[in-house]
Amino acid sequence: MDKRTNSLKDAVANIPDEAVVMISGFGGSGNPIELVHALIDRFRETGSPSGLTVVNNNAGNGRIGIAAMIDIGMVKKMICSFPKSSDPRAFTDKYLAGEIELELVPQGTLAERIRAGGAGIPAFYTPTSFGTELAEGKPAEEFDGRMCVRERWLKADFALIKADVADHHGNLTYRYASRNFGPLMCMGADQTIVQASRIVAPGEIDPQIIVTPGIFVDSIVEVADPQQEETLIRAGEVYV
Amino acid sequence: MTDKLTNAQIAWRAAQDIEDGAYVNLGIGFPELVAKFQAPGRHVVYHTENGVLGFGDAPPEGQEDWDLINAGKKAITLKPGASFFHHADSFAMIRGGHLDVAILGALQVAENGDLANWRVGSKGVPAVGGAMDLVHGAKRVAVVTEHVTKDGKFKLVDRCTFPLTGVNCITRVYTSLAVIDIEDGRFLLREKLPSLSFDELQSFTGATLHTSGRIGDLVVPEV
Repeated sequence: MDKRTNSLKDAVANIPDEAVVMISGFGGSGNPIELVHALIDRFRETGSPSGLTVVNNNAGNGRIGIAAMIDIGMVKKMICSFPKSSDPRAFTDKYLAGEIELELVPQGTLAERIRAGGAGIPAFYTPTSFGTELAEGKPAEEFDGRMCVRERWLKADFALIKADVADHHGNLTYRYASRNFGPLMCMGADQTIVQASRIVAPGEIDPQIIVTPGIFVDSIVEVADPQQEETLIRAGEVYV
Repeated sequence: MTDKLTNAQIAWRAAQDIEDGAYVNLGIGFPELVAKFQAPGRHVVYHTENGVLGFGDAPPEGQEDWDLINAGKKAITLKPGASFFHHADSFAMIRGGHLDVAILGALQVAENGDLANWRVGSKGVPAVGGAMDLVHGAKRVAVVTEHVTKDGKFKLVDRCTFPLTGVNCITRVYTSLAVIDIEDGRFLLREKLPSLSFDELQSFTGATLHTSGRIGDLVVPEV
C-alpha cells in the first residue's frame, strides 16, 4: 500500500467544481498552504474548480491561502465559526457585497458535526446555541431538563490536511497545536489529501504516537519545510 | 462616576475564586488577564479551545512558533504536563462538563443569567467562535466586565437586547464596581466597592439588585 502522490498539482487534480472542501487549520496553525495554493494555481490555469464550499474554522487571512481562494472567486460559500482575522478583507468585502454565502457554526458544534460526519452519526443534540439566532429553524428537544438543539453531521467531498509525519499508509502525526481540525476532517471527507513535512516507510512511525490512522487518508504528498500562514502574513506576502 | 476598578483589578478579583487544581478557560482579550493573578500556591491548568491544556505565557519576541498558539491566535509556551488534542476532544472537555471554570467578557448580562457577548446587531460579519460552547459546558461560567459602558449605558440588565450567546448560563459577574451572583433569575449583590452606596450601585445597574445577608467590601490591591 502506497498513498504517495508525485506532486501538489497531482494531489489536487481531481477536485471538481461545486465540491465541498474541508481545509485543516485554526488560523495559520495547521493550514495546508501549499495544497491550497496548488488549488489556486489550477483554478488560474483552467478556471476550475469553482463554486467551492469551504469548511474551515476561519475564512482566510491577508491575501494568501483561503483568503486568496476567496479573492480570486473560487469560493461560493464558507462554513466556519469565526470569519474574522488580523486582515479579514477578502471575506468581509465579498460577504458585504453579497458575493459569498456564510454558514456560521459555533466552534464546538462545527468540530462535532465534522466528527459525526466521519463517524456515521447523522445528527446529535447539544445545548450549544439554544435560544440564540444560530438555532433558528433547528429542532429543539429537552434532555434531562435541559433544552438542546439538533445539529446535522457535516461531510465533505475532499479534505486538504497538513500533517507533520506521514507513512506510506497515510498514518499521520501533527506538530504541536496544528492538530486542531485535522484528525476530524480526515474522517469527514470522502477523499482526504494530506501534505506532510516528511514521508516515511510503514513501521517508521511508532504506532503508539499515530494520531490519524491511515484508513482515513487517501493520498499524501511531501512538502518539506512547509510555509506558515502567520509568517507569510507578517511578511506581507500576496498570492493573488 | 465614582472610583472603579481597573480591568487588571477586576481580573485579580476573579482569579481569587479559582480553586487549586482547577481546569480553566479564559475568553480572548480582557478575561486572559485573569491568568496573571493566579493566587499563590494554587496550581491551575489553562485550556485553550484550539487544542492545548497547560499552556503558559507568550514566548519572547522572535521565538514564536506559529504552530503553537492559543484561541486568540497568539503564540504561547507549554508548561510541564501540557497536552495536545484535536478539536472534538477540546470541545468535549468544554461541552462534556469537564472544565471547572470559564471566564468570559460581556456586552450584556441579564438577571436571568442570559449572556450577550458575540455581536451587537445584525450588521457586519458575524463571528461566534467558541463562545456559545463555553457558556454551556464549564461547571461555573463567570463574566468579567465594566459595570456600565463607556457612555454610561447599563451592561447588567433585566433582559439582553443584543443577540444572545446563551440562555441562563452565567452564575457570577465581576464588575468594576461589584461582585454579583445570579441566582433564581435575580442579581444577588455579594460585594461592592466600600466607597459606593447601595443606592448608587443600583443606579448604575439595569435590573434590581437583591441582597442576602451581609454585603462584602470589594477591596482589591493596586495591580
